[in-house]
Amino acid sequence: MVASSINVAQNVGFYLIAAVMVGAAISVVSNRNVVHAALSLVLVMAGAAAQYLLLAAEFVAVTQVLVYIGAVMVLFLFGVMLTRAKLGRDGDLNNRNWGLGIPVAVLMLGVISWAVLDGWKDATLPADRGPVSTKAVSDSIFQPYLLPFWALSFVLLIAAIGAIVLARKD
Amino acid sequence: MWVNNFLILGAILFCIGVYGVIARKNAVMVLMAIELILNSVNLNLLAFSQMHHNADGNVFALYIIAVAAAEVGVGLSMVLLIYRNRRSIALDELSEMKG
Amino acid sequence: MLLAAEDAAAEATHAAGWFLTHAWLIPLIPAIAFFVIILFGKRMRFHGAEVGIASMVAALVIAAGTAVQWIRYTGHEAPPVIRSWTWWQSGNVRFGLGQHIDGLAVMALLLVAFISTLVQIYSLEYVRGDRRFTHFFASLTLFSAGMLTMVLAENMVQLILGWEIMGLCSFLLIGHWWEEEANSRAALKAFFTVRVGDMGLLVGTGVLFGLLGTFNIADINAKVAEGGGFSHRTLTLAAVALFIACIGKSGQFPLHTWLPDAMAGPTPVSSLLHSSTMVVAGVFLVARIYPVFHQGLDINVAGQHVNLIAVIGGITVLIAAALAFVQNDIKKVLAYSTVSQLGYMMMGLGVGAWTAAVFHIFTHAFFKCCLFLCAGSVSHTGSHHSFDMKKDMGGLFRKMPVTAWTWLLSTAALCGVPFFSGFFSKDEIIDSAHHNHYTIFWIVGLVGAFMTTAYMTRATYLTFFGQPRGAAAHFVHGDHGDHGDAHADPAVDTHGAHDTHGDVRHSRPLPFAPHDSGWLITVPLIILAALAVVSGYLNAAPFHIEKFHHWVTPKVVEEMVPEGPAFRWLNALPSILLVAAGFAFSLYLCRQVYGAAASAWKGLTRRVAPLGAGHRFLVNKYYLDDLYEKVVVHGIAHPIAQGAYWINQHVIDGIVNAVGIGGKRTGGWVYRNIDQRVVDGAVNGSGAAAQGAGSALRPVQSGKVNQYGALLFSAAAVAALVLFVVNR
Repeated sequence: MVASSINVAQNVGFYLIAAVMVGAAISVVSNRNVVHAALSLVLVMAGAAAQYLLLAAEFVAVTQVLVYIGAVMVLFLFGVMLTRAKLGRDGDLNNRNWGLGIPVAVLMLGVISWAVLDGWKDATLPADRGPVSTKAVSDSIFQPYLLPFWALSFVLLIAAIGAIVLARKD
Repeated sequence: MWVNNFLILGAILFCIGVYGVIARKNAVMVLMAIELILNSVNLNLLAFSQMHHNADGNVFALYIIAVAAAEVGVGLSMVLLIYRNRRSIALDELSEMKG
Repeated sequence: MLLAAEDAAAEATHAAGWFLTHAWLIPLIPAIAFFVIILFGKRMRFHGAEVGIASMVAALVIAAGTAVQWIRYTGHEAPPVIRSWTWWQSGNVRFGLGQHIDGLAVMALLLVAFISTLVQIYSLEYVRGDRRFTHFFASLTLFSAGMLTMVLAENMVQLILGWEIMGLCSFLLIGHWWEEEANSRAALKAFFTVRVGDMGLLVGTGVLFGLLGTFNIADINAKVAEGGGFSHRTLTLAAVALFIACIGKSGQFPLHTWLPDAMAGPTPVSSLLHSSTMVVAGVFLVARIYPVFHQGLDINVAGQHVNLIAVIGGITVLIAAALAFVQNDIKKVLAYSTVSQLGYMMMGLGVGAWTAAVFHIFTHAFFKCCLFLCAGSVSHTGSHHSFDMKKDMGGLFRKMPVTAWTWLLSTAALCGVPFFSGFFSKDEIIDSAHHNHYTIFWIVGLVGAFMTTAYMTRATYLTFFGQPRGAAAHFVHGDHGDHGDAHADPAVDTHGAHDTHGDVRHSRPLPFAPHDSGWLITVPLIILAALAVVSGYLNAAPFHIEKFHHWVTPKVVEEMVPEGPAFRWLNALPSILLVAAGFAFSLYLCRQVYGAAASAWKGLTRRVAPLGAGHRFLVNKYYLDDLYEKVVVHGIAHPIAQGAYWINQHVIDGIVNAVGIGGKRTGGWVYRNIDQRVVDGAVNGSGAAAQGAGSALRPVQSGKVNQYGALLFSAAAVAALVLFVVNR
């Protein structure tokens, strides 16, 4: 009984957050106000963090909040300000042939949904297993996936240097 | 809870992001749409991670977050450079790559 | 996961009263009020100000109740009242939200709630009609919520939460009039400088957690005080890292440069955030987890004459006091004075005078807040929104009696004139430095007292006495010619609140002839000035009153620091004499330099080269800003970029060239031997085909990124579809 009621609560939570996320995501790509679009993106990110919690990935959820909502969004807002984008409504944010996007997106959605629905018909998430512990994650990072970790640190270093080189004024 | 819930949500976000990349003119907005795409991938990875109950998906979700941060940093500094040179970041005015 | 179950209240809870166990409501009320203001404020009758003030009054009432019950509760040497709820949990590490109510927290809660209430009332008048009135009150309320969250924090994570909320509000409020570039620059500078220090807070908290395995403040204090079982060197590292955060937040040398610039914000903000409450957060943090610093830096160990905290505090006392001499902006004088007084508090903590330092937080808040509000009152109705003492003030004593008297009382308290509150707290610090064998810092404290009196005398003289000048003089002799001076600082004059004054025609007596401000401004001034006089009697050593010590000093600290010195008038004599000397010296100098009569002192810095150089050195703030911008930013960021460029030019190009040359040679060989003979025929045919296809596809290469994106994604979709269907 208890397990099933938790399940119901999880489902309700999932659908609520998913609805908010989809709505906000549509606002990101269609809003005419750059700042509002950026704030909608915050909403999507926060929703994603909530979904990660539902998926019992606490550490990733916290990282998502810290990195995306904390750092990346600030970068975006700085980018908006520094490029003097109009802060209010701006009718000129879309391409001339923006309509091309709709059929492509619908085609992709069709293909992916078909593949997904076909591939994992009724597969369910295990209900009773606890969260993936942070310890297990760090063990995986530093044992089997150490090499990608190194590569990633180089990527970050080069990105930091590259960003300085690109953005400095000569 | 079905795995499909999360996978379909990921797919929807992915396609919204794809639409954004194609339809937007402002370079900063295109970068935002790319962030949507990266997030949807993370959602999939974590769903699979929980389904098989091992940490691999979490690890790669973390890696993707790190790469996304680097990408935004470099991307925005490129946008800044373009803005400085051309006083505009409208992508359809940039056609140096025209063949 | 997110849970909301309370994790076992402390046993002591039952003995405590309702207010003590519900002190967590105090930050919650302003936090809710913030959302109400930001969402509905604009549509309200007073644009949200009423919600802000009501929430602060509610918080003040609960804080007062808490204080009363705490005083009753301390009768039996009570432990702190701790409650905690799980905020989230990762593995077996729990992050709590809750309250840690002890004397220090009660003192800070009462102080913050009280001063916030007064400043919000004052702001009703001061920013009336401002174009971002609602946002201003929302930010003030959020600030109070953040500060209150921090002071009753039960663990380090909650403390960081409140700490960062305060930083954000400081940024928002300094940049309140961000249309002026100077203001937004000041806001960014404050934010980034404090952030540099905040790194230390994160590192220090992490090190402490690694060392002691807990974020809980009570546990940290208890474990460190008990000693043993951890590495002393690591504890020192944690203490140094945490102290760096305090340097940034509390404007200590060498990160003090942001605080004077922060005066770009509206005056109520300066008086609330940047003098009486937020900037003492660093001092508060040191006091809160004092055992960490006391043990980590070996304070009061026999034979120690200097330590990090005392040195930084001592340097700050002197350099900031010296800078206050050369400022012409009244708020900048007060800002450097604040920096200098914060140095006193740090120095007090550094020499083991915990109670005196915390008591100085308490008294300083009242008189410094009052001084700032006086400066605001002067600019509001006395000097036409100018803060320049030399150009637009002077002779205001008669015209603004309430402001002038409250200013004088607070100044007396700040200088440490006997029987005013500053005397009891500051002298206790100076005396303790002597008593605990930190002779250097005893001398620093005495010199600081002399300098404090001297610069405050100068500021008082320039503002309230002597000849009226500039805006302050207008009404008197109708001199319209120099009115441009009043507008010399556009930052003060172009904001919305004062637009009505913008187009006053000066051919008639000006409507802003200096007079006292309205009661919304003068009543807070009077209350604060009264407290500046009497608040010292809570812990007046000469009269053997030790109530503050008894209520506030926690047991764990009391057992750690040496007993305070017994008060003797003979010990207080040097500082009293120096205060008198500073007053006399400065008054003489002011009358000579700024007075009407010709004097040999006038233009001294221009005639005597070494004095001039010293003056320039001070005016340029020791060139610290230049150091940060030119040397640190250009000196470090530039070489990195240069280095990357060099590597790009030499190393990577070298590799690319080598590969290119090798490739060319191989290519030559292949060309001569294989290509020419074998492949040619085949290639010619396919080349023609590729050329044809290329020109057919050429329109696709539009150079437009979005179109490439569309092609890429649709091709990927089609390919995926094909793969999927084939593999099914």
